[in-house]
Parts: sequence; C-alpha cells; structure tokens
Amino acid sequence: MGRKLDPTKKEKRGPGRKARKQKGAETELARFLPAAGDENSKRLSSRARKRAAKRRLGSAEALEMQKFPGAKPLPGKLPKGISGGAVQTPGRMGAQSLFHAAQGKKRPAPAHSSEEEGEEEDSEEDGVLSQGDLWGSEDSDTDMIDDYGADSDLEDEDEGEELLPIERAARKQKAQEAVAGGQWSEEETEEEEEEEKGSSESGPQKDDETDGGLQINVDEEEPFVLPPAGEMEQDAQAPDLQRIHKRIQDIVGVLRDFGTQREEGRSRSEYLYRLQKDLATYYSYGDFLLGKLMDLFPLSELVEFLEANEVPRPITLRTNTLKTRRRDLAQALINRGVNLDPLGKWSKTGLVVYDSSVPIGATPEYLAGHYMLQGASSMLPVMALAPQEHERILDMCCAPGGKTSYIAQLMKNTGVILANDANAERLKSVVGNLHRLGVTNTIISHYDGRQFPKVVGGFDRVLLDAPCSGTGVISKDPAVKTNKDEKDILRCAHLQKELLLSAIDSVNATSKTGGYLVYCTCSIMVEENEWVVDYALKKRNVRLVPTGLDFGQEGFTRFRERRFHPTLRSTRRFYPHTHNMDGFFIAKFKKFSNSLPQSQTGNSAASTPTNLDLPEVKGQVTPKPEGSSQPAKKARVAVKAKQQLEKRQHPKKASFQKQNGISKGTDSGLSPVSCDTKSQASSKVQDSRQPAREAEVIRRPKAAKKLKQKSATPLSSKKVAFRKQNGPKGTDTEVSVSKTQATLKPEDCDQSLQNAKGTEKVKQQLPEQPSRRAAFQKQNGTPKGLETSTMSSRGSSRPPAAKRRKSQSRGSSHPVLS
Amino acid sequence: MRPLTEEETRVMFEKIAKYIGENLQLLVDRPDGTYCFRLHNDRVYYVSEKILKLAANISGDKLVSLGTCFGKFTKTHKFRLHITALDYLAPYAKYKVWIKPGAEQSFLYGNHVLKSGLGRITENTCQYQGVVVYSMADVPLLLKQKNRRVIAPHSERP
Repeated sequence: MGRKLDPTKKEKRGPGRKARKQKGAETELARFLPAAGDENSKRLSSRARKRAAKRRLGSAEALEMQKFPGAKPLPGKLPKGISGGAVQTPGRMGAQSLFHAAQGKKRPAPAHSSEEEGEEEDSEEDGVLSQGDLWGSEDSDTDMIDDYGADSDLEDEDEGEELLPIERAARKQKAQEAVAGGQWSEEETEEEEEEEKGSSESGPQKDDETDGGLQINVDEEEPFVLPPAGEMEQDAQAPDLQRIHKRIQDIVGVLRDFGTQREEGRSRSEYLYRLQKDLATYYSYGDFLLGKLMDLFPLSELVEFLEANEVPRPITLRTNTLKTRRRDLAQALINRGVNLDPLGKWSKTGLVVYDSSVPIGATPEYLAGHYMLQGASSMLPVMALAPQEHERILDMCCAPGGKTSYIAQLMKNTGVILANDANAERLKSVVGNLHRLGVTNTIISHYDGRQFPKVVGGFDRVLLDAPCSGTGVISKDPAVKTNKDEKDILRCAHLQKELLLSAIDSVNATSKTGGYLVYCTCSIMVEENEWVVDYALKKRNVRLVPTGLDFGQEGFTRFRERRFHPTLRSTRRFYPHTHNMDGFFIAKFKKFSNSLPQSQTGNSAASTPTNLDLPEVKGQVTPKPEGSSQPAKKARVAVKAKQQLEKRQHPKKASFQKQNGISKGTDSGLSPVSCDTKSQASSKVQDSRQPAREAEVIRRPKAAKKLKQKSATPLSSKKVAFRKQNGPKGTDTEVSVSKTQATLKPEDCDQSLQNAKGTEKVKQQLPEQPSRRAAFQKQNGTPKGLETSTMSSRGSSRPPAAKRRKSQSRGSSHPVLS
Repeated sequence: MRPLTEEETRVMFEKIAKYIGENLQLLVDRPDGTYCFRLHNDRVYYVSEKILKLAANISGDKLVSLGTCFGKFTKTHKFRLHITALDYLAPYAKYKVWIKPGAEQSFLYGNHVLKSGLGRITENTCQYQGVVVYSMADVPLLLKQKNRRVIAPHSERP
C-alpha cells in the first residue's frame, strides 16, 4: 500500500469557495476584514492589493509581469505588456513577478499565467485573448481573478489584515519601489520563499480554488493548458514542486479523457513529454528510467508506483521453524515490545512489524536465530520452489542468505543445499546467517554462477535470484532512479541469460522429485524478466509451470514490439504499489530433458524426448567426456523433438543431408547421427573446426536461406537460428534471440559440450553467432543437396562429418558415425 | 578440506570434553547419519557424510563453509570453540547454568553475570568448569568457563 497521490490535499475547498470566487471584489474584501482564513485572508489581501496595484498601473504592466523573468515567451502578451508597463519600476516588476510566481507555484503554470492574464484581461481581455495564448482559458481568467485575490501568496504576511487591500497594495508598491534599485531580485527570492511557505499553507486552498476553477473551466474550455516548451526554462531555474505536482495531476486528468479535455493543437505526445519531464523532476528520476516506467504502467498506476517508491515497505520477518514456531516467536517479540502481525494468508512463517521499541535486529531471539529479517517478496520464490526433504538444491546467488535459510528450514535440515555467491564479502553474511539460524545441511561456495554445471551439477532444484538492475526496490535504494540506463539494463539482461542457462543445465531433469528451477529478480523491467525467460525457453528443454502463488500480476506475453511465449502468463509480477512488497518477478521452470535442444527448440511442446533412433544413436554416439548417456539422451530428445516439430533439425542433422530431408519428421536416423556428430564434434572440435568454420561461414548464408525455405514448422521458438530460417516464428524474438545468442555464445560454447547444440557451437566457435546458426540452419533446413556439402563442411571440420556425408549419400537414416 | 589429523583431533576433543564430558561419541554417531569433522582453512566443520560427498566436488579455494563450523585452530594450534557449536553440545552438556531473565539480557550483550543472577545450577560444578549457560526457558545461550566466584563467570571464551 504505497502512499498514493493524495487528492485530499486539495479538499479544503468547499462549496463556499467557488461562490467566493465568483463573487466580486466586495466579497473578497469582506473576507479580508473578518479574516476568514488567516493566510487566505492575508493572501487575499496581498493579492487584492496587488490587483489593485495592477489596476492602478494598468494591465499592461501586468502583462509584462506575467512573464517571469526569462520565463515563457508570450509574444502576444509581451508587446502589450511592454507598452503598458513601461512605466513600471523594476520593483514593481519584481513584485509582480513574485506575485505571479507565487500564483504560479500554487497553480500550474498555465493556470497561473491564465490568472495573470485574467487580471490583465480585465482590462484588455480581448486583446489578450485574441493572442491565442497557450495559457488560455480566457473564461477562466475572469474566474481566476477572484481566485487570484484568494491565492495571492505574497508574503505580505507581515501586513495586518486589518488594512484594506488597497492600502496594502499601496504599501507594498511603495516597498517594492524602494527596493527596486536592483534588490528586487533578492526580494523575489525571499518573497518566493515566503510565498512558497504561504503557498504551501494555502496550497490546499489554492488548489481547491484552482481545481474548482479548473472544474468550472472544464466545461468551458480545457482547464489545463499545456505549457509550451519554453516552460522548461522556468523549471530549470526554480523547479516549483507544488506547481509541478499540480501540473502532473492535471496532465494525467487530461490524458485520461483526452478526447474532451485536450487542448486544441497540442498532441498527445506533447502532453506525455511534459508529463515525463515533470515526473522526472518531481520524483527525481532519470529520464531513461522514467520513460521505461511509462511504457510499463498505465498513467494512473504510474503515479501510484512512483509514490510507492518514495516510501519504504514495512519490515517483515520470517520465523525460523528449525528453532521455534511463529506463535511462540510472535509472543516473545510482543513481550519485548514489538508490534507485529502475521504477514498474510499466503505465508505461514511471515510476520510484519509495524513498530518496535527495541531494535528488531538485536533482540535475543534474533541472536538465537529464531527469525530472519526478510522482505516479503523474497519469501515468494522459495515458496514457489517448494523444496522437498532429502533433495539437492542449488542456490546460485544466495547472499545474504535469507532464501537459502528458508529453503533449509522447509527441508528441515535434510538433504544438501549448495549456496553459492560470486561476491566474497557478501558470502560472509551468508555464513553468519546460516550459522545463526542453525542450518546444517549447507555448503557455501564462492563461484561465478556461470561455472555451475561444470563444477557440480545434477541438482534436484535450483533457485536463481539473479543480480538485476534493482528497479523493483527503488524504495530501498533511491540511487537506482538515476544511475540506470539502457546499457545497464542490457548488461544485466545478458548476465541473467547466462546464469539462467547455467542454472538450467545444473538441474537434473530426471530427478525423481524435482527438475524445477525458479528464476526470480527484484526488477520490474521486461528486458530482465520476460525476455530472459523467453530466451531460456527457446534455448533449453524447459517449460514454464505455474508458480503456485495465487496472487500477483501475471507476466506479460507481449510487450510493445516483443512477443513472448504464451506460457509466460504463469510467471508472476509483484509491485510495491499493489502488493506492498518490493517489486519482484518469479518464473518457475520444469526441465523435461537433460539434453540440449539442438536446433530449434526445446520447447515444452517438444519436451518429450524422442525415443526414435535412440538405439541407433546410442551405438553410434561416441561417449562424450561429460557422459556418454548424455549424448544418447540428447540424441533421443533431439530426435523426438525434431520429429515432433518437424522443424527441429539438429544442427548435426543438418549435417546429414538426409536429415534435412527428414528433418520434417522422420529423422530417427538422423537424430542419432546428429548426436553422433555432436559427440564427435565435441571430441574433435578443435581440429576439424577450423576448416569447417570457414566453409560454414560461407555456407551459412546459404543455409540460412535454405532453412527459411524449409521451415515450415512452427517451432522456431527455441532456436533463434531456426527462427531465422523458419521465418514464421516471431520475428522480434529472432532478433533478440540472435542478439542474446551472440552474446551468450561463449557460454554456449562451454555448455555446449553437453548439448549437441553446444557442440555445434563449440566446434564452430565461429565468431558470429549468426554464422553458427546459419550453419545449423543449413543443416537443418535445407534438405536440398546443398546441405550435404555444407554439412559436410560443417562437420567437415571433423572427420565424422565427412563420414556423414558418405552415409548421407548412401542412405538416409543410417547414422554413420565413425 | 581434509580430515583432522590425530593431533588436531585430540586437541579438539579435549576442549569439547570440557563441556560434554565423554559424550563425544554421540556427536559422531547420530541417528540420521554419520557425521565427521573436517578441517578447512583452519576451521573445523562438522558435517554429515552426505554433505561431504557433494562438497568434495568443490575446489578448496572456492569452498567457504560446510555444515556447521565448530571452531577453529589458532596459529598456535589451540582449539577455540565457536558459538555455532552450541546447538550440538548443549544437549550433552554435563554442567549447566541457568540465569534469570533479568540477567539474561545483560549477559547476552556481553556483560558478566552476577551470582545473584543465577537461577539454578548443576550440582558439583567446580570452579573454572566449562558450562553451558541456559536461559530460564532452556534456551542455550552460551558456553562459558565458569568461575564460581561472585563476580561472574569468566567471559573467557572456550
């Protein structure tokens, strides 16, 4: 429950205000004398004074004054003002500007200007109006005049209310003239400050009046006039938060009902641009991040989100069920003077702390390890992971250890957890926390997460809380508002993709009780969340499953120009303004096959490992260093996948021409072959690759084309390469995938050892990913004879490829693996 | 990571024995599997064998911690027991000292305990005995070497 924009601020207005506004000067005077509202009356008086002064001086001056020094250019008005106000002393100008400034602060600039104009309008309405000024709502001007007096936030607080407005105005004028000698600027500042104070006080009132005026105006004309670009100057000079805040609300209101409330001649994008600038100023965001947020949220939510980020989330803690129960802990803490409540229906161990008379991180219960301070959103991924007893779990980015300890307590200290983090200093906190909480089944290590399947793999479940840009926890770290830009987000996304692929490879799909992976980030950016998940779906044999969390917003399946896999609806997003917890994203994968999808996809659809050809393949596949079973499995899977998808063509298969032809479905023979090639490739990789690479490079373009032609099947999702070839699959994904693939290439290489795909890559190690893909493509897609030659080239690097060629020529489905 | 040498084992067990007497065997043979002590970076870890198997895959410089850290060996090869060992030693402690709730807080934050703060105490506890300090709710707080004198148990950490 983040703090929302509080419309109640303006609520002070009551029915009487409007009436007041609409009444004439007499009413105002009446107001002043009896001191209706202290400040109001003061302001009124000052305003009235000013107005009187203005009237005296003539509207012309007022026009001049309207412009803030160096502020918006109002060509129309200027001439008028100048002509009229030539006589005005600088002091007056200062006062006037202040006056305007004061008014402006209280109201949005347009209104402000309109007010001023209004004043002058009185005298020169027609002229001004005809100017077609942006500030426009001429009608409102008249209304504004009355408000004007009320609004006057001039400091003249010192003046007594007893004075008639006229007298006050006169006095002020005199003062200003006196000061005119160049000190008026100082006055301005002072006055501005005072005005601000006054305005803040009278702000609500003014707002009310303004709003009331606006409301009135809505009917008549667009109440809110978008300030011209020149307005920015003013902001740069002296950002008036009140005014900006008001303007934000106005713009949101206008945009909500754009058809009726828009100002003629101003486009929606101008309003949006203005809004973005204002929001960035008001909430201190960088432009990039704010732009991203505007893409992500509808306007009403956007403001709520920004407001929620200004306020910290409530402190929550998690009971350590290894040592105590929530009831007992709550009791003990209450006895110490902590005000707390259970967290919600969805958590059996969470408590939220409202306030506490003792430091919550220093109670004896804390030291004894009975609970852990943890954000509510951090409990969710572990609940989604649902670790069972006696399982092997990997927590890839565990610091500071909250999730790891939660996993341990759910497993009741059975099984083994490997808690890893790449940051040595933060690991110390992990050690400390785990020892304090009495977790005994954990090994703590200090690896880069991307090394994982190599170091040790075969886990039942993996939790990956990826390092991210932190846009969901802005309330904890406001620096994120300004120091994140496009590069950071993309860099994070890249790292996350690498880590996710490593994590997927570390899961043992054939685990009896598991095979699950939970990927989560504390970010709300689509680039780091849905995009990464979608990438993984294409690249590995995983599928998304429901997280088991029944609340939270569903992830996006499409966002702007991107399209994601439909199963992304089972992922969950959490926001600070809707759930009152840190922004979070959770996705749960199930790995259905240990092999790497060779070519196209390991989509969930393709999940069923192919059993065809497996026997053949097995025999042929040369045991890889990693494990002989793997290639065989992979081959099987690959085969199945291919067959199912039709499109799937393992790159290896591609090498076999027959495969190409068969790719559509029948590759039983092929798959084994491909596997073989893979395995072979892996073993041989280095040597043969070189020549092959070159050949392949050349081929790629060809292959790519071919594949595309061939690609008929929908699959594409998995492999970008295929996609390209396939064409039919999402286009943007291709692009993105290709990018990601490109970036991930090195990693792929490492991991490829296990996967046919990987082997392909490894073997080729071609600098360009696309080329690789092309190679695959060649293999896969083009049944045509081309492939053979190309394939051979691919494989040519390896002798097996040559063999394949032969085999291919001989007959199709015999996987001839050397 | 390596098993403890004879010497180290002896030193360590001597220390532990101060608190739990001869119940050492209970530490090693537990109903849920055999546990052992392993030495890594001068720290002694108490791990079950299952964990040990997995941990063997992790290279030494990357391994940070296993299971529970019992204590460490100082440069002069004395063994210092850590608070983290409390959970394991407490059940087998020979001598126990209970302190009153009032004194518990101050004790927890590092101060000594006056004799008046003692709730109850196992009989026959001699001076300078290693004891496990409990709160009145039977929550083990600390391992201390007890000084029978009025002032307080020595806060000499075991």
